[in-house]
Parts: sequence; structure tokens; C-alpha cells
Amino acid sequence: MNIVVCAKQVVDVSEIKVDPSTKRPVLSGIAKKISDIDKNAVEEAIRMKEKVGGKITVLTVGSADAKERVKELLAMGADEGVVIVAPVDSEYSVVATLLAAAVKKLGQVDAVLCGEASIDLFSGQLGPRLAGVLDIPQLTYTTKLTAEKDHVTVERNLGDHAATMTSPYPVLISVTKEINTPRLPSLMQILSSSSKPIREWKAEELAGGPLTPKIKTLDIKGVPMSRKNIVYQDDLDASIHKLVGELAKEGVLR
Amino acid sequence: MVMVYSDNKRLALELIALGKNLAPSLGGKVYAVTINQPEAVIKELVAHGVDGVHEMTTNIPQFKAEEYANLLKDLILEHKPDLVLIGSDKNGKELAARLAGILNTGCVMDATSVTAQGKTITAERVVYSGTGIAVEQFTTTPAIVSIPPRAAEPLPKDEHHHADVMKKQVTLKEYPSKILSVHEAKSEGVHVEDAEIIVSCGRGLKNKTDIQLVSDLAAALKGKTIGCSRPIAADLKWLSEDHWIGLSGHKVKPKLYVACGISGQIQHIAGMRDSGVVVAINKDPDALIFKSADYGIVGDLYQVLPKLVTALKEHAA
Ligand SMILES: Cc1cc2nc3c(=O)[nH]c(=O)nc-3n(C[C@H](O)[C@H](O)[C@H](O)COP(=O)(O)OP(=O)(O)OC[C@H]3O[C@@H](n4cnc5c(N)ncnc54)[C@H](O)[C@@H]3O)c2cc1C
Ligand SMILES: Nc1ncnc2c1ncn2[C@@H]1O[C@H](COP(=O)(O)O)[C@@H](O)[C@H]1O
Repeated sequence: MNIVVCAKQVVDVSEIKVDPSTKRPVLSGIAKKISDIDKNAVEEAIRMKEKVGGKITVLTVGSADAKERVKELLAMGADEGVVIVAPVDSEYSVVATLLAAAVKKLGQVDAVLCGEASIDLFSGQLGPRLAGVLDIPQLTYTTKLTAEKDHVTVERNLGDHAATMTSPYPVLISVTKEINTPRLPSLMQILSSSSKPIREWKAEELAGGPLTPKIKTLDIKGVPMSRKNIVYQDDLDASIHKLVGELAKEGVLR
Repeated sequence: MVMVYSDNKRLALELIALGKNLAPSLGGKVYAVTINQPEAVIKELVAHGVDGVHEMTTNIPQFKAEEYANLLKDLILEHKPDLVLIGSDKNGKELAARLAGILNTGCVMDATSVTAQGKTITAERVVYSGTGIAVEQFTTTPAIVSIPPRAAEPLPKDEHHHADVMKKQVTLKEYPSKILSVHEAKSEGVHVEDAEIIVSCGRGLKNKTDIQLVSDLAAALKGKTIGCSRPIAADLKWLSEDHWIGLSGHKVKPKLYVACGISGQIQHIAGMRDSGVVVAINKDPDALIFKSADYGIVGDLYQVLPKLVTALKEHAA
């Protein structure tokens, strides 16, 4: 079985600060990583492969330095990686077009896995969008997956209800954080993964022409948050006394 | 023209109100799409100000994004709306995204505001877990925007309002994915969004029964609403998802938010950063939550909460 995992390199959002003078989030110099839930998708792909056999290809649209991050996923157990080098701020129509072209170029793909949402943009757009472009079924918000040779059965979390669904291949599946705990690769795995291939495909070649974005990001405004940060950590009774006093002054005690 | 769709009636009414606001520069009209909805729902949409309803009935009784996206695609290609508003619940999101893929058009998920300047549509959305707001402008039509609940109040009800109702029966191409069963999750009917006082708990709790400590504190603060972090609802299932606060849960803005045994990861903060006063109780002096709090107590919540309850009662007396 051929499994594709779509994984995105993101900035570590927890490190982003808002510049007080420009009122914009500062992104330069912030560490990059694989978006959290995409590791759950890789983990689930490995479990599918362990059960029914096959090959796992990681696809990412981003900058060339994403190769370093893709290596971590190969160490976990994916077989090969493809980095599709595209302008950094490619919007969703461009990313989905490229990923769809890559899936087609890979040949017969049975399952495409992605995260429920990326941690930087948190849209939950890419998965179902890609399924639409590929015109294949989509099983989103998957919390449990059982793979068989010719079909998958999943549990989906739909907020006020849950659903059990099934689909034959090819199918796109988006997974939640709760589906599994991603494995940490061992030193041996990290070392041996260096021989696994990571290819680089150019966006324009893959798409067969220029890609026109359908959305222009005009601005990203920063949302600063200021808090008093008064922390009591000595004598507990005294701390509680002070806290109650402050809350009374704040006018939040009824 | 603005086209709106949600299979949640309340959301559909909100979308109509929002659409009517934007419609003046987009040709004036708002059309709603319903799929396999009873007559009563259509009547309500009409009474709440919609200009027209595409009342569709199909061979697919339950919502499925694959088939429903194709239905909307055909309607959009026929009627050419400038803007398509879709209710941002889980069904709506996967529908909006798939539809945008099929039409190869722009899509903004969970917009916090939408404006139309002439025919140019701009939408804002939260990015970087609440640290930023992206301003996105569409360069193609239709613009597809998903709108979370409560973005607008439904227009006042007018039983005499008239709208064109166009009934159509369509047979959709079926996809091989199948719904085997649906289980209603237990909802406790809590609306954290409305609460003025929220006491929230996280993995610092050791047992489900310890939630009692949290509700005791809420009661001492004369509130009753309990919130929680994602793991408490999603992994442990100690509380229903109505209580879940954060980026992927509910966004709240109470006057007072008390976080007990919550580490304060940015995805949790995304849901409560607009709160008035924030209090954190955590045994780890380096816990991130203190950076997002006005007042913090470093201590074991099993000691702090009962003492705090006593102190609040004494204060009230
Ligand atoms: C894409 C994405 C979306 C997410 N969405 C959300 C979301 O919507 N909401 C959300 O909450 N999370 C969300 N998360 C998860 C988030 O990143 C954190 O993992 C989560 O908030 C941690 O929950 P917690 O604070 O309860 O648990 P932990 O991080 O395990 O923290 C427990 C805390 O309790 C403290 N503690 C332990 N024992 C005691 C004690 N006896 N007394 C006092 N303190 C004690 C510890 O010091 C620790 O700080 C999301 C993650 C991702 C990747
Ligand atoms: N640039 C990208 N390259 C590869 N996969 C992506 C990319 N962007 C998003 N994805 C996938 O789509 C999922 C949802 O992302 P989003 O729609 O941004 O919330 C992510 O968890 C990834 O699996």
C-alpha cells in the first residue's frame, strides 16, 4: 500500500512575540519544527504500514530547509521524503494544487494522511481541500483508525457527536492529536535514516506552469496581551489572603 | 449575490444576517441553500430575512462533505455568487475547504470579520494561536468564507417576509465512503462563552472525582461554569467537549478566569486570552500559565483550592 503523509514545517508559535513598536508578530529567528499533529499522521501511517505493508512518502510544500525536519519523520519510520520548494507564503490553493500534482506524480497512492490542522494557521483547510482536488473521499477529525488491505474504518470526532465511517482506497484521512502518541526515534533509527532519500521538486515544474494565488495576505496584525504577572509563592495562607484582597479590589467577587 | 449554507439552523440564521450586511455592494441579495431540511426550517429562514432559498432534496440523507460539496459546486456555477458563507462547525469546515478545492478558489476559515469594498472581499482570521490576525483579500470569485457561531445576531423575525423558495430534487454522484454509525456525545449543555466566571482545570488533577474541588471553587466565586484544557475533554473524557477551552475548543471572555493545574501552552491561552482577570494555580513556579496570568499562586492545587474556598467564604460573610 502506498501511503502519503502531508507534513508542514511551521514556526514554533509558542515563541512568537509581538513587537511593541510595529505591533506585528516577529517571525524571524523563531525555531521551526514539524507541525505537531503531522507527527501523529506519520505515526498513524507507520502503524498502517506495520499492519498491511507498504511504503510511506512524506510530502511537504515549503522552503528547502524543510529537508532537515523531514529527516526526523524518516527516522520515525517514513520511507522517503519529497520537499516541494515553493514561495514561503503560498496560500492554500497553491499548496493543494502542488500536493495533488505530487500525489499524481507518485503514481498509485492509496491513503493520504494529514493533520486535523496546522499549529501556525490552524485552518483545517488543507486536508479536505486536497481531497476535493483529487476527487477522493475524505475522513476528517479521525480519532481511531483501523486499516485493512482494501479499506479503512475510522472513528471521527464531530464535536457534539462521533461517527464511525469506512472507505475503500484511495482516501484522504485527517487525524487529531488524540489518535496516538508519536514515537520518538532511537539513535539507531536516526543514524540509519540518513540513507533514506529526500527528493526536491520545483513548484513550477510540478504544476506545469505558474501558480496564481487566490488570496493575498495584506497584513498580519499583532495581538499583544498584557497581564500583571503577580505571583505569590511563599506562605500559602498569606498568599491566599493577598489574592482574595486583590480580587475584591478588581471587583470580580460577587 | 451572497450564498449561505449551514446544516445548523441557528448558524444559518446568523449567516443570513451577516450576508445582508455585506450584500449592498454585492448585488443586494442573500440566498440560502438547504439540503434535505423540513419545511419548518425553510419557513424560519424566510422569516429571518433571506431573499431566496434553494431548497434541495437529495438521495444522500445524512451530511457527507463529498456529495454536498458537489451539490454546492453546481449551484455556485449556475448562480455565480460573489461570496459564499458557510457555518464553521465541523461539517461546515470540511465542506467549505473541499468546495474551495473543487472550484479552485480562495477560502478563509473561521473568519472573525468579513468586509466588502465594492466587489472586493476581505476577511480577517486569527493566526499563530491568537498572537496575530491575518488580513486576507480574495483575488478570485467566489470567495468562500467559513464563519464561526455568534458572529451576528439573527435578523428579527417577520412572519410576513417573503422570499423565493426554489425546490429542486437532485441525484448526487455517490462516493464510496460510508457512515456506519453515529453516536451522540453526551453534552452537558454548558455554554462557556456566556459565563462571567470560569474555573478551569487541566492535567494537574489526578482523578475525575477531583473535579469537585474545581466546582467548589466556582461556587465560592458565585459562578458555576467549569472549563478545562484539551486533554481533560479529549483524552481523558472527564468533562464533555462543551467545557473545552482553547484554540481547538471554545473561545471565552469571562470577567474572571481561574486556571487550576493547567500548564498554559499557547493553544490553551488562545481560548482565554480575552478574559478580564486571570488567576493561575500551579505547583510549578516556571509554568507558562503565570506569564498569561494577572495573579498566580505557586502551590499544590489540592491544598490551595480548599483553602481558597474557605477564604472566599469568609470574605463574603
Ligand atoms: C493543534 C493543537 C491544538 C490544541 N488545542 C488546544 C485547546 O484548544 N485547548 C487546550 O487546552 N489545549 C490544546 N492543545 C494542547 C496544548 O498544547 C497542551 O498540550 C494542553 O493545553 C495541556 O493541557 P494541561 O495544561 O491540562 O496539561 P499539562 O501540560 O500536562 O499541564 C499540567 C499542569 O498541571 C500542573 N500540576 C500538576 N500537578 C499539580 C498539582 N497537584 N497542583 C497544581 N498544579 C499541578 C503541572 O505543573 C502542569 O503545569 C492543542 C495542541 C495542538 C497541537
Ligand atoms: N505546506 C504544507 N505542506 C504539506 N502539508 C501541509 C502543508 N500545509 C498544510 N499541510 C497539511 O494540512 C494539514 C492542515 O493544515 P491547515 O489547513 O493549515 O490547518 C496539516 O496538518 C498538514 O498535514
